[in-house]
Amino acid sequence: MKKSLVLLLCLCLGLMTIGCGSKSSPNGKVVVYNWGEYIDPDVLTMFQEETGIEVVYDEFETNEIMYPKVESGASKYDVICPSDYMIQKMIEHDLLSEINFDNVPNSTNIGKDYWTQSKQFDPDNLYSVPYCWGTVGILYNKTMVDEPVTSWSVLWDEKYADNILMQDSVRDAFMVALSYAGHSINSTDPAQLEEARDLLIQQKPLTQAYVIDQVRDKMIGGEAAIGVIYSGEAIFTQRENPDLEYVIPDEGTNIWIDSWVIPKNAENKENAEKFIDYMCRADIALKNFDYITYSTPNDAAKELIEDDDIRNSQIAFPDLSQYKLSTFSYLGEEMDEYYNQLWKEVKSE
Amino acid sequence: MKNNRRLLATPYFFWAAAFIIIPLGMVFYYGLTDKSGALSFSNISAIASPENWKALMLSLLLSLISTLICLLLAYPLALILCNLHVNQSSFIVLIFILPMWMNFLLRTLAWQTLLEKTGVINSILKFLHLPVMDIINTPYAIILGMVYNFLPFMVLPLFNVLSKIDRNVVNAARDLGANSFQTFVKIIFPLSLPGVISGITMVFVPALTTFVISDLLGGSKILLIGNVIEQEFKQASNWHAGSGLSLVLMIFIIISMIITEKYDKDGGVIS
Repeated sequence: MKKSLVLLLCLCLGLMTIGCGSKSSPNGKVVVYNWGEYIDPDVLTMFQEETGIEVVYDEFETNEIMYPKVESGASKYDVICPSDYMIQKMIEHDLLSEINFDNVPNSTNIGKDYWTQSKQFDPDNLYSVPYCWGTVGILYNKTMVDEPVTSWSVLWDEKYADNILMQDSVRDAFMVALSYAGHSINSTDPAQLEEARDLLIQQKPLTQAYVIDQVRDKMIGGEAAIGVIYSGEAIFTQRENPDLEYVIPDEGTNIWIDSWVIPKNAENKENAEKFIDYMCRADIALKNFDYITYSTPNDAAKELIEDDDIRNSQIAFPDLSQYKLSTFSYLGEEMDEYYNQLWKEVKSE
Repeated sequence: MKNNRRLLATPYFFWAAAFIIIPLGMVFYYGLTDKSGALSFSNISAIASPENWKALMLSLLLSLISTLICLLLAYPLALILCNLHVNQSSFIVLIFILPMWMNFLLRTLAWQTLLEKTGVINSILKFLHLPVMDIINTPYAIILGMVYNFLPFMVLPLFNVLSKIDRNVVNAARDLGANSFQTFVKIIFPLSLPGVISGITMVFVPALTTFVISDLLGGSKILLIGNVIEQEFKQASNWHAGSGLSLVLMIFIIISMIITEKYDKDGGVIS
């Protein structure tokens, strides 16, 4: 009996020393929850070196996967980078805390247009700081597609059977079908949504796979001819494979913003603000842009881009007035469920 | 003395409570309640909806086929292994276990690269001017993935059982005039039945519940019951529906465990 007590004590002591070990960084830590491949890893190291704050970094693949983890509070994050409609949902569910902008002086680097754009989901610009933005469009391989692509209809063209990659996330997939059918991407009309579902079912035999992050690698490798992709990946894929071309379809598409937010249960709010501020610094935003190639809302960083082709690129910084673009909004719990149900019907077909 | 022994079991008791009993209780709780927390069987009856039912049937079909293929591949192999010298057989068993040292996700991802339209296998076939193989993102690729990943779980129990069969029993059968086919059907196979059954369970259960293999090799186009449950948790964040469907799946797993249990007892009597 005594022996086991001693053993237990040793164990406790051991655990305590491990606990102390993790407190080695003088200024505490910041727990970041971001999209996969959405930051230059060097930036994290630089942040740690400059501020002495340890960065604990975690990644998610879709907004829908991120939400329950934050909602349940099982893992406490300090900074998260969700998209527009998800930020709206988080604000409505009282999951976010207001950012103290006195601690984020570099936020003035963010262009005015993007703050205006943000008002659609964060009406008073209290909760979010834009990080990246872009559109959703079609990436196609010029050697495998004969005609110029201008419309979503190419995704329903039987010529390209087994050569099409679709997005494996509910809202994006329905956005494509709703736009193609000429409806709003925030439609809540069951008739329109069922029409979109039927279109997706009709398209399913033509699709090669439903993927998210893998679109990039598969398109670079020439595994498929056409893929639905975020504009930010387009520049990267073109760098790797010059045969690829990105278009925003005529029917219109989704314009999105991913912004930094701080959840209510954040344990290191001040460090979180320091982190957001660091991300808004022009040279850091530029470094991130060079690495992930997603359009930056940071005007100061855009000025620093040396390559004229990229600074004036219609993919990275398109002339928004030319296209029919709209932003996702949060449609409420019931609609979320309805979308999920319809998506399941597509997937099980 | 007896007390001491019981003390040794305490870590396992805590382990079982924390990681088996409590989570299982939570699954039951979520599965049998709705969002407001009221008792409800709607999550269980959701299995009858056409999408879920189709996914369940497809899972059953694919895992049955994979189990059968595993059995057909593993049995002869286990027989061969038993007839080798000890050194040789342990070497070959090692070769079989070796891939398991690598994470199974990585191995499945490797299959994706192998099977892709422009993948390794097709490049070689094209180079040799042979017809290309187009099975990625089809149920065939999923079966291949299941068989590949779960084959060792079939080989090892079979090998164990077969290597323990007393040589004298086989010799006696031959002595009494049985030819090798009769010896196999009447002696070897019945004696190996416990291994066959536990092999079947060890392949069938993970194959029935997998969602990673169907995701990676089926291009997310083929929805197995594991994928449905995964989506309920991850995409729809509806833990109640996900738990309800898990409970339904548990029924199938329990059935296969009951069968195993029965034959394992028989096996105990024979040996």
